[in-house]
Amino acid sequence: MASDGAPHFSSKAAVVCRGVGKTWAAGTKRAHEALRDIDLDIQPGEFVVFLGPSGCGKSTLLYLISGLEDATEGQIWSFSDKVETPSPDRSLIFQETSLFPWLTVWQNVSFGLAIRGAAQAERRAVAAEALQRVGLSAAIDKRPDELSGGMRQRVAVARALAMRPKVLLMDEPFAALDVQTRARMQDFLLDVWRDSGASVLFVTHHIDEAVALADRVVVFTARPGRIKTIFPITLPRPRNLFSREVEAMRIQLTELLRDEVDRAFAEQEAIPA
Amino acid sequence: MAVVARDGDVGAAAGASRPAAVTRLFASMAGLDALSKIWWTCLSISLFAGIWELCWGLGWADPKLLPPPHIFLDNIAEQAKFFNTATRWTIGTAMNSGPTPFESVMITMGATTARVFAGLVIASVLAISIGVMVRYYQFFDKLVLPTITLLSPVSPIAWLPVAIFLFGIGNAPAIFMVVVALFFHMVLATINQIDGVNPNLINVARTMGATKWQIYTRVIVPAILPGMLAVLRLNLFGAWMVVLIAESTGVGYGMGQVIMLARNTFNPSLVFFTIAVIGVLGFTFDWLLRLAQRRILYWLPDTKEKLRGL
Repeated sequence: MASDGAPHFSSKAAVVCRGVGKTWAAGTKRAHEALRDIDLDIQPGEFVVFLGPSGCGKSTLLYLISGLEDATEGQIWSFSDKVETPSPDRSLIFQETSLFPWLTVWQNVSFGLAIRGAAQAERRAVAAEALQRVGLSAAIDKRPDELSGGMRQRVAVARALAMRPKVLLMDEPFAALDVQTRARMQDFLLDVWRDSGASVLFVTHHIDEAVALADRVVVFTARPGRIKTIFPITLPRPRNLFSREVEAMRIQLTELLRDEVDRAFAEQEAIPA
Repeated sequence: MAVVARDGDVGAAAGASRPAAVTRLFASMAGLDALSKIWWTCLSISLFAGIWELCWGLGWADPKLLPPPHIFLDNIAEQAKFFNTATRWTIGTAMNSGPTPFESVMITMGATTARVFAGLVIASVLAISIGVMVRYYQFFDKLVLPTITLLSPVSPIAWLPVAIFLFGIGNAPAIFMVVVALFFHMVLATINQIDGVNPNLINVARTMGATKWQIYTRVIVPAILPGMLAVLRLNLFGAWMVVLIAESTGVGYGMGQVIMLARNTFNPSLVFFTIAVIGVLGFTFDWLLRLAQRRILYWLPDTKEKLRGL
């Protein structure tokens, strides 16, 4: 598709995927295809949610976009640069705590600056500002094990923001949190997203989370993951999750997902024991 | 907890109050905790010694072969004389000249401890560097790892002649033995620790643009520290075991020499007395290392407390 090397997209786009596919352990007996034929354009400042059954490859796509893994098919660009290696422009936030336990909160937040060799005073100032944006100024000198799960994820968000990324990649970041904390974190994330101006790519398998957050929901098929449909949500935020419109969307998305979950189950049962 | 403590300080300044009493109670409990540890240690040893004494009392343990603690600890001064191996080898030196028995025990203990320490330091530095290099450079991995894996099951006993061929007698072969006994396992343990580092931590550093060198120095090395200290503690005991074998052959003085002497002169009391001294030394070493571990690894949660609640 993009074999001639010429980019088929407007260079403004935050992320462009053309014919992207990924096969794990390619060429071996254990080879399995995680993703196939992904074409996707994400605009600057857009909030896009990847929704799909477990194991459908949505996290894989996030890793490909981050540059941590290489696509086996197709190509990915970000702001007209080809994605080949990880870049501070595209910060990734993981499901599980990924703070460095031996560093304090502010040292964690300014880790990226330390790598670039910034002076301590500058690093602390940047960390203080990023922590203020996530409402954790008081925790600046604490260690990660002194914080709750929700606070740790906010520190992880602050660490990503400190790099001033153009794209924020989030891999089920709130999956380990309880329902109430998760709802608060979603509001918090929308605030952060609004004042950072970054595009957010957010992976989840929770329909409620998708409906609460997204400008567009990309619904994935079961393995190998393909884009089943892209579902735009134009409702203004903050959204009332109990309104009739939201309820209708939830039903639609549930229907879309149900087929895929059924397919995933059927496939799993078909595997000879 | 912090709030209670702060209230307590205010309360103490204003005179006795309930929070102040609570603070004091916690403080005294911290002291009690250390005391109770000592108490349990004493109890554990007494129980073991008690069973032994009981066996002796019932006539099951022949005091000539398995002398119970009250016998082998009875005449320490007499036992200590055997430690004076330092001067025995010099022709024309009388048995009773040279250091006093107490000094000899100290010299012997010090010499063996120094050999263990030197061997442990050399082995750790070498093994950790090689282990990290194996993962850092792929060609080094392919070039070196097969040989290391091949040599790691070789018993230290097999190295003993090599140590003597290479270094003759003295400190060097003993230290060499400790190093060679620990080195191969510690390389493999280091590699194992590196492979166990949470990949998310490495990925975070990668997305922030860290170089390979920065990932190793700022992420992998601190991440493997806890595991490496555990490896070091386990190998400390290994070092104590090997050093005796090394010393029993060709070193002027050392705990291994004393054991050898006891064996050749059929002196079980001396054997058990030396075993007791080695036990105390090893225990102290381990305790110091645990203290260091707590200092260095301030970020580790105390899982032991959680396991206790099960």
